[in-house]
Amino acid sequence: MSEHKILQVQNLKVNFDVSSEGDMPWTKAKKLQAVNNVSFDLNSGETLGIVGESGCGKSTLARAIVKMVPADSGKVIWFGNDLLTLNKSEMRQHRKQIQMIFQDPLASLNPRMNIGEIIAEPLRTHYPKTPESDVKERVKDVMNKVGLLDNLVNRYPHEFSGGQCQRIGIARALILKPKLIICDEPVSALDVSIQAQVVNLLMDLQEEMDLTLIFIAHDLSIVKHISTKIMVLYLGNMVELANSNDIYTKPRHPYTQALISAVPIPDPSIEKSKKLILIEGDLPSPVDPPSGCVFRTRCQKAQDICAIEKPEFKEVSNNHEVACHFHD
Amino acid sequence: MIAINKNKIKEMADNLSDSGTGRSLWKDARIRFMQNKAATVSLFILAAIVLFSFIGPYFAVWSYEKIDWNAMGSAARVGMPSIESGHFFGTDDLGRDLYSRVIQGTQISLMVGFLGATVAVFVGTLYGATSGYLGGKTDQIMMRIVDILMSIPYMFVLILLLVVFGRSIGMLFIGIGLLSWLDMSRIVRGQTLNLKNKEFIEAARVTGVSDFKIITRHIVPNLLGIVAVYATLLVPGIILAESFISFLGLGVQEPSTSWGALIKEGAGTIRYDTEWQLLFPLAFFVVSLFCFYFIGDGLRDALDPKDR
Amino acid sequence: MSFLEVNNLKVEFDTADGVVSAVNNVSFSLDEGKILAIVGESGSGKSQTVFAMNGLLDHNGRASGSVKFEGKEILNLPSRELNLIRAQKIAMIFQDPMTSLNPYVRVSEQMAEVLVHHQGVSKSDAIQQSINMLDAVKIPDAKNRIRMYPHEFSGGMRQRVMIAMSLLCHPKLLIADEPTTALDVTVQAQIMQLLADIQKEFGMSIILITHDLGVVAGNSDEMLVMYGGEVMEIGKTEHLYSNATHPYTQGLMSAVPRLDDSADRLVTIPGNPPNMMLTPVGCPFSPRCKFANTTCSSQTPILTKVNNDHYRACHVAIEDTL
Repeated sequence: MSEHKILQVQNLKVNFDVSSEGDMPWTKAKKLQAVNNVSFDLNSGETLGIVGESGCGKSTLARAIVKMVPADSGKVIWFGNDLLTLNKSEMRQHRKQIQMIFQDPLASLNPRMNIGEIIAEPLRTHYPKTPESDVKERVKDVMNKVGLLDNLVNRYPHEFSGGQCQRIGIARALILKPKLIICDEPVSALDVSIQAQVVNLLMDLQEEMDLTLIFIAHDLSIVKHISTKIMVLYLGNMVELANSNDIYTKPRHPYTQALISAVPIPDPSIEKSKKLILIEGDLPSPVDPPSGCVFRTRCQKAQDICAIEKPEFKEVSNNHEVACHFHD
Repeated sequence: MIAINKNKIKEMADNLSDSGTGRSLWKDARIRFMQNKAATVSLFILAAIVLFSFIGPYFAVWSYEKIDWNAMGSAARVGMPSIESGHFFGTDDLGRDLYSRVIQGTQISLMVGFLGATVAVFVGTLYGATSGYLGGKTDQIMMRIVDILMSIPYMFVLILLLVVFGRSIGMLFIGIGLLSWLDMSRIVRGQTLNLKNKEFIEAARVTGVSDFKIITRHIVPNLLGIVAVYATLLVPGIILAESFISFLGLGVQEPSTSWGALIKEGAGTIRYDTEWQLLFPLAFFVVSLFCFYFIGDGLRDALDPKDR
Repeated sequence: MSFLEVNNLKVEFDTADGVVSAVNNVSFSLDEGKILAIVGESGSGKSQTVFAMNGLLDHNGRASGSVKFEGKEILNLPSRELNLIRAQKIAMIFQDPMTSLNPYVRVSEQMAEVLVHHQGVSKSDAIQQSINMLDAVKIPDAKNRIRMYPHEFSGGMRQRVMIAMSLLCHPKLLIADEPTTALDVTVQAQIMQLLADIQKEFGMSIILITHDLGVVAGNSDEMLVMYGGEVMEIGKTEHLYSNATHPYTQGLMSAVPRLDDSADRLVTIPGNPPNMMLTPVGCPFSPRCKFANTTCSSQTPILTKVNNDHYRACHVAIEDTL
């Protein structure tokens, strides 16, 4: 595994404008902090898992990296270039190397195009002069790679099951031989038995093609299996970042601890005797986040200082970073 | 333990038959459309009417502008429908052959309907898709323009145009075409906004597909279903508008005619026992409109993705 | 006599492409005060099974067989009689609470209406009872919150409102159709905890439909595993987790990624879920089963007893699957 940084995200911030009802066109819109000061490095061949509950900004973070949503400040450094400063045509060159896989397998495929056209589209977009026979060959290759029979090229997405559609989406992402694939909840819409197939496939492909992955999910057990390191987000803020084993064995942030304890384990003897750490209350509104530490309103350890001072995100032990005044 | 077996997965991956081509959504829709009896029958009747308007003239004995002096002024006695006299549908009050005139009217009415709808579909789809896809300020401005145009009373403007610039088919086209794309663009824009957030559009954008290609390859093909439905409903709408204008006496110019004009003449003379002058054009008019509506209905059911 | 007895339940749908059978010969029984989990993947027929019991099938669906509730046959009852039972004895909650809450009516009105209509109490009493019920499902500040509209609640709170509403008439059976699938894990934990508390307090039976084996493990007494519209295995939850004998149950249990397990690769079940448009021949799982033989693809296995309360439908001998 070559250990060089291919992606560095530094202090990335994404805000959305939200206007509440009754606002006049000239009323200044409120800012919703979707992603707040997120920084991480990604080495070649690694898998970064991003977990968090709905509304924590994990999908927005992924989209900000590939400039699908505009970032307000920060840097996204890809092989030494800050993607956020590039113009459209310069960005196009880098798009070849960063691909994405989506949550809803069927919705991510154009229903009016057949499988061959869908998989070939990135190739035709970036190398429009490729001869037709080469395109066909490449499509066949990549279909075999993801475990699809290549005689299905003329079929349409609605004729496939969810798991197969996700394989098609993976094939489309692979055809340009990218370096980084961002997977946005790629298995949460699939059945358990199919989930395992897709996760294993991704892991095989990663080894075979030397891919780097960003794997977003709300299912912690799956993320744990595929990731080398894991970032926990809460309300757009980084809460904890560590090696995947450390996060599960020694979670240091109260939120991570609660999150892990909430995941049910398929074993009645463990599950029925387990002590749950329940988080009370609802997620605060991201338009008006709590002062200081964002988690303090639901945290059992919260004290006065948590409301005043925002905890710094700092390394507390080897490669284990936490944002909490009272971490374990 | 169950181990993964790559070959077995591949075997399973194809539990569909291994035939080469798949059923596209269009093919599916066609099959479903064919299952709708009313729509299929309507399609055949409509095709027959169109066909009739093209080959009908070869069987005509009289031309549509020639006056049969025998029948002139005594249409009720002499001008009734008969095979011997060559007036299959009878004559009008001036002694002109109604069979030929109905064919002429059918041609004009259908042409106005089809051409008008084509213009509306073309302009409306492009305008709506662009507006919806680009979004933001552009969308706001483009849609406000539509709002302004829509707030102008349609019939009133059409009548004014025809009065000021004189009666002509061309003016009728311009008037109808100018206004009928507005609804279309609204509908298309709404659909585009819907599609724009679909993941396959996002996938294309991440890959770096250009905006133009996204609109033409990803958005428009997915809009065609709703456009097709709306277009089949637009055709009768335009035919109705043209008929209304003609009924007011402002439409096509003599000796050309249209369904509306024929119905007007027929209705004017009904008290002289010449009911065929009303019934023949009216039958064509009503049957065609019904056909269009049934086809539109069938298309909507066939293309409605709710089924899957 | 059991509290609830389902025998040979069959559900079929008439579609444009022919008759689709969604549920085939499902039989099970449930005792009072117990929690039964019905586990299966999409298309396994788990939801259609309870929809059929409750007379909630789509208009093109047909149910046959027998469903005895407290000794009374309730399958295919006229809707007026069924409504009466549904209102007072069987309650149901769904994955998406918004499908059963009217977005334009205040929660107070919707809850009170149930009581006024079914129990004939006065409106002010009904509202007071509703507030008490919201308190019981731990909605903070229930007194004021009851006057809000459904969309003003968060997803988890909405599910709590749904549960409170379903409990208003003190039902004897609560059917929960994927109640936590749309929720985050921390909220899921809250809701499952709540269901367990409520069950203890009110003593009703629960049928819990889910695809999540983790949820089943901690929250059920018995479980029923379905695949392709047929029952694969039934048994006591604790017993089944350690002694699954059906290849599908075994596969499913090992395919679930576990937080407490550090194996690198996940175990998979090869193949794809069954295509429900095709009439199944033989065991629906046979195309994906590694033990499958020729009998499996031609004959449908029958549920047979393994030992007390443990039944399986499989042609392969138990010893061979271990």
